[in-house]
Amino acid sequence: MELTAVLQAYPKEQTYLLEILLKYQASKPTHHLEEDELTAIADHLGLPASHVFSVVSFYSFFSMTPRGRYILQFCRDVPCHISDTFSVRETLETLLGIKTGETTEDGVFTLEYSSCLGACDLAPVLRVNDTLYHHLTVDKIKAILAEIRSGSDA
Amino acid sequence: MLEHKLITKHIGNIDPLSIDDYVGVGGYAMFKKALGMTRLDIHDAFEASKLRGRGGAGFPVAIKLMAMAKETRKPKYVICNADEGEPGNFKDRYLMENNPHQIIEGMLIAAYATGSSHGYLYIRGEYAQSMATMQQAIEAARQAGYLGSNILNSRFDFDLEIRSGAGSYVCGEEFALLESIEGKAGRTRVKPPFPTAKGLFNQPTLINNVETLATFPVIIAMGGEAYAKIGTPTSTGTKLISLSGNVRKKGVYEVPFGVSMRKIIEELGGGVGAGRKIQMIQLGGACGPIIPEYMLDMVIDFERFEEFESKTGAGAIIVIDDRHDMFAILEQVSEFFTHESCGKCTPCREGNVHMRNVLRRFVNKTATEQDLLMLENQARVIHQTSLCGLGQTAPTAIISTLHYFRFDYLNRIEDSMQEVA
Repeated sequence: MELTAVLQAYPKEQTYLLEILLKYQASKPTHHLEEDELTAIADHLGLPASHVFSVVSFYSFFSMTPRGRYILQFCRDVPCHISDTFSVRETLETLLGIKTGETTEDGVFTLEYSSCLGACDLAPVLRVNDTLYHHLTVDKIKAILAEIRSGSDA
Repeated sequence: MLEHKLITKHIGNIDPLSIDDYVGVGGYAMFKKALGMTRLDIHDAFEASKLRGRGGAGFPVAIKLMAMAKETRKPKYVICNADEGEPGNFKDRYLMENNPHQIIEGMLIAAYATGSSHGYLYIRGEYAQSMATMQQAIEAARQAGYLGSNILNSRFDFDLEIRSGAGSYVCGEEFALLESIEGKAGRTRVKPPFPTAKGLFNQPTLINNVETLATFPVIIAMGGEAYAKIGTPTSTGTKLISLSGNVRKKGVYEVPFGVSMRKIIEELGGGVGAGRKIQMIQLGGACGPIIPEYMLDMVIDFERFEEFESKTGAGAIIVIDDRHDMFAILEQVSEFFTHESCGKCTPCREGNVHMRNVLRRFVNKTATEQDLLMLENQARVIHQTSLCGLGQTAPTAIISTLHYFRFDYLNRIEDSMQEVA
């Protein structure tokens, strides 16, 4: 989606800053925001660029480095931590061949840590973009990755 | 029956996305009833109900309603706090995804009672499904004439919109939440003034948790006195419990106040797995205390918990069985707060990093007595000097374990000394 289209979808007010940033970032396959885009958003809303940069660096949903088309977020807070009979993090890192915070070379996956995903009754869980996968096992994680790979055009 | 379903009564019997289903079980009738009441009558019903906020702080709802009613500045706002980021809590997600219209009806009653014209539903960014469900419900309510101008020919105007969080735990704190809606980083404000005086855009603002607002129609339906008869004299009504961790049946359960934690874990949760024992539980979430098994007969009650300098919080019970190392759990908790501290005040920003580093030495068995003293000191300072609830409660798990599990700390120090030798 073009940035201008996103900007036009909202009233020209500071209160919509987060909505604009979230919507625009989600529309990009790289799930990231670039400097000139932030400057353009700041100009549009009549805000100092520094304000927009400060907001982007504050919230963990925003990234200024390109990410994969699929963002895998695992939870390591206590309810998930104690429901693991295996390490979700280590399993994912091994299967993907990357560390947490990195993106696979083909640009398909980025692995991230997320704070509690609010699905502790289904622990351990994994969020892939907006989809939640629950009651994880090593086999289930393998199946999720295979399913995405076969469905993606990579 | 241990469960007492007041606010979750219709869940499972209705299609969450069907407004007709909701109206069919008496939905929006309580808002209509409220429209026929005076604002003072509504306030009196809430005062008689003794309803306290369900988001963790337990503030009396009637006091906020009265403070809002006294404000003459317009516009006034009603905000539903659905930034359910506290680890171990998922009951607000459960309500939003299973009965969204009850939350909208609660917001309508709150708006009418306080003379507010606009509402916001601030939902954490992780809850994509909740946002989609609430959005559909809001559109259906608008089409049915429950939101908008001159609602049901009552000359009362109210509309509401969803705002998404962006992955920040501290935005569940009311001032950080307001900053976030205003398009800023979620850094808290110094209070007073409180939001009812100077809230969103510096206007009078009522902020309540999802569960609290979902209780509004119930109180209008039953009347405050009848509601107050449920639960205990000091903690009235029911509470949603998010039960997780090492229990057989994890989930959301609605129980009256006054039920013991043991009953919740054993009877509703089916206890821990075969051959396992409960080692400890964490109450309320990451910001809550960790208490030993022998305290499980304590009943869920605001005042009872305060005697133990403890809090029911938003009602999470995380059961931890005997397979787990307490220090590894504390390290996770500490890691969480280090990540989520907004950085505005020094004790929270720096202190959490220090506590985590000390805890790592307990995990790695390299801790000394000096570490124990340092941890105690740091925990107290962070608790007493942080600006907002995040920093003040970040050391709670550590402080409680230093009290209840002191021997574990001492044993670990001894183990550490042996490793060195």
